[in-house]
Amino acid sequence: MLEIRNLHVAVDGKEILKGIDLAVGRGEVHALMGPNGSGKSTLAYVLAGREGYEVTKGEVLYQGRNLLDLAPEERAREGVFLGFQYPVEIPGVAAMNFLKAAVNAVRKHRGEDELDAIDFLKLVRDKAKALKMDGELLKRPLNVGFSGGEKKRNEILQMAMIDPRLAVLDETDSGLDIDALKIVAAGVNALRGPERAILLITHYQRLLNYIVPDRVHVLVDGRIVKSGGKKLALEVDDQGYEPFTAGEKAA
Amino acid sequence: MGKDKSIAASYARQFAEVEGALPGRGLAWLDALRANAIERFAELDFPTPKLESWKFTNLRPLTREVFAPSPATRNGLGKGDVARWLADDLPCHLMVFVDGHFRADLSELGALPRGARVASLAETLAGDPARLEAHLAGNDAIEGDAPVALNTALMADGAVIALDRGVALEKPVHLLYLATAATKPVAMHLRNLVVAEPGSSATLIETYAAPRGGRYWTNAVTDIVVARDAQIRHFKLQNESVDAFHLAATRARLAKGSGYDSFYASFGARLSRNEIATRLDGEGADCRLSGVYLARGRQHVDNTTVIDHREPGSVSKEHYKGVLDGDAHGVFQGKIIVRPGAQKTDAHQLNKNLLLSKTAQADTKPELEIHADDVKCSHGAAVGELDAEALFYLRSRGLDPAHAQRMLVEAFIGEVIDGIGTPALRSHLGRLVAAWLSEAED
Ligand SMILES: Nc1ncnc2c1ncn2[C@@H]1O[C@H](COP(=O)(O)OP(=O)(O)OP(=O)(O)O)[C@@H](O)[C@H]1O
Ligand SMILES: [Mg+2]
Repeated sequence: MLEIRNLHVAVDGKEILKGIDLAVGRGEVHALMGPNGSGKSTLAYVLAGREGYEVTKGEVLYQGRNLLDLAPEERAREGVFLGFQYPVEIPGVAAMNFLKAAVNAVRKHRGEDELDAIDFLKLVRDKAKALKMDGELLKRPLNVGFSGGEKKRNEILQMAMIDPRLAVLDETDSGLDIDALKIVAAGVNALRGPERAILLITHYQRLLNYIVPDRVHVLVDGRIVKSGGKKLALEVDDQGYEPFTAGEKAA
Repeated sequence: MGKDKSIAASYARQFAEVEGALPGRGLAWLDALRANAIERFAELDFPTPKLESWKFTNLRPLTREVFAPSPATRNGLGKGDVARWLADDLPCHLMVFVDGHFRADLSELGALPRGARVASLAETLAGDPARLEAHLAGNDAIEGDAPVALNTALMADGAVIALDRGVALEKPVHLLYLATAATKPVAMHLRNLVVAEPGSSATLIETYAAPRGGRYWTNAVTDIVVARDAQIRHFKLQNESVDAFHLAATRARLAKGSGYDSFYASFGARLSRNEIATRLDGEGADCRLSGVYLARGRQHVDNTTVIDHREPGSVSKEHYKGVLDGDAHGVFQGKIIVRPGAQKTDAHQLNKNLLLSKTAQADTKPELEIHADDVKCSHGAAVGELDAEALFYLRSRGLDPAHAQRMLVEAFIGEVIDGIGTPALRSHLGRLVAAWLSEAED
């Protein structure tokens, strides 16, 4: 589904990602962990196509195609979804209108009929309910004044509505209370399926109790220094990144 | 300068040629006023950027040729050309002007309450000139720059709205000015007068549009007298041809306890300048000026306002937002004067501009002249670009850049549009904005 090969990325001339190799197959869930500033969000942004990230080397294949050639909206329509670590506040754009525009842009691209107001509302109501989200929130300007948890839930709602093929979730668990965490995890698990792949960026193994990953990768200073099964997350939780950092230096 | 002079002289000659045929000819006060005005015009000449108040707006494109007074035409405009400019679900007293002349056949004045009069200027000059004399004969009529003087000399038609004491007009009066594409450059010197006697109230809508485009000059002057405790809401949509010139001067006088609430939306014209000068002559007068201006291509759009607080305890709130794309140039000049003794004045001004291209330009100039010490005055001005993060967020959900931009622009000006009190007008304006946004940039 997703194949990242020797990816080097610089921001403002400074190299942040220093040769990432990562393959996430269909139906798999991978977790990406790593200390602050190691480049996790950078990787997520590069996958989503944000400007300002210069790919100096390497390539990214998505469903066999060169992902980096596509504009951000094309990636989204092809099924790539980024759950933002810091969802952007957009005053004056009602969350509901935005969601409808997004859903229909993706549906149109897939050759599906655009949802009319009634079908759309019905779908939102169902999905929001599953996430125990207050519908009133969606009448407000997008993310403006949303609490940290509300913003993250809103990301998951968008994901559920858009029904992506590859979801990259950047610290969607941060800032969630335990109940919200379970709900969000259920939302992610609902997306899990043989045709989909998920890359979970997280600091906490806690999330991985609810979303059990197939693989765990540890990113340190722009490189994946270790990959393994779900136990690796426990190791990180236990010992922190120190052992990995040391290994990195020795290598 | 020599060239400008000759343009001024051409208009003076034009005046000599047409004055005999102007409405109200033979009324001594009016003949004197017109003669006075053309003299004043010649004296002033068209303003140039050397004048501080015209620093950002150069009338050279307008003054390269002489615009002849627009003749009354029977151009084949039908009700369909009229209907598209009307707000849905908002019955109005409708006056339609085509090429600057009132067209009773296209208008629908409907029944007016007792004590309310709505008529064309030409009709009023013919039938009830005394009503105008009191408001037009004085020197105030030609106060202002050369275009106002020229308007006074050549005014041919417009609307006269008079409300007796305590009369509340329930339905808005909609003045729809349609220009048809004339073969030669013509000018419409429109003159409107609104007199709201104490305690009366009305909503005035003005729409300027050109169903077939064309190069012409709208030169409008609107005088509004808001007597004690009266309320006037004024909603103006400028959708002129993109080859046209639109100069408008609105002068409002607010008596004690009265209110004037103006909203202006500018979409059209090659070059436009909308001037609003308000005088808050009475204690507790309340003045709200707001607007949006959207321009692209080579459009130049100028909003110049003066709010003159002359008595204590008056309030003014001003909020304008501009969206500029292509090579467009937007101007906002907002002067607030607080006279000595106008204590407890509460004046706020805000102007924000959004540049959608690297070559678009915005000039914003707040000017506060405060001569009283116990006042609350604030102003803010900003020129910025679309938020790149917001754009990316929208695109990352599948919206194409044009759609994302449209959403952000609508959000930007929505802040002003949401302040419009009448829902039907709010949605009417929303539609016009959406139409403007969906027009492709040439
Ligand atoms: N525009 C920029 N200019 C310079 N450095 C940048 C820029 N954007 C990111 N960086 C740097 O890149 C590095 C990686 O940042 P990134 O946000 O990818 O880290 P992260 O792993 O997501 O961290 P966290 O766990 O705190 O979210 C950091 O050192 C950051 O300061
Ligand atoms: Mg991060």
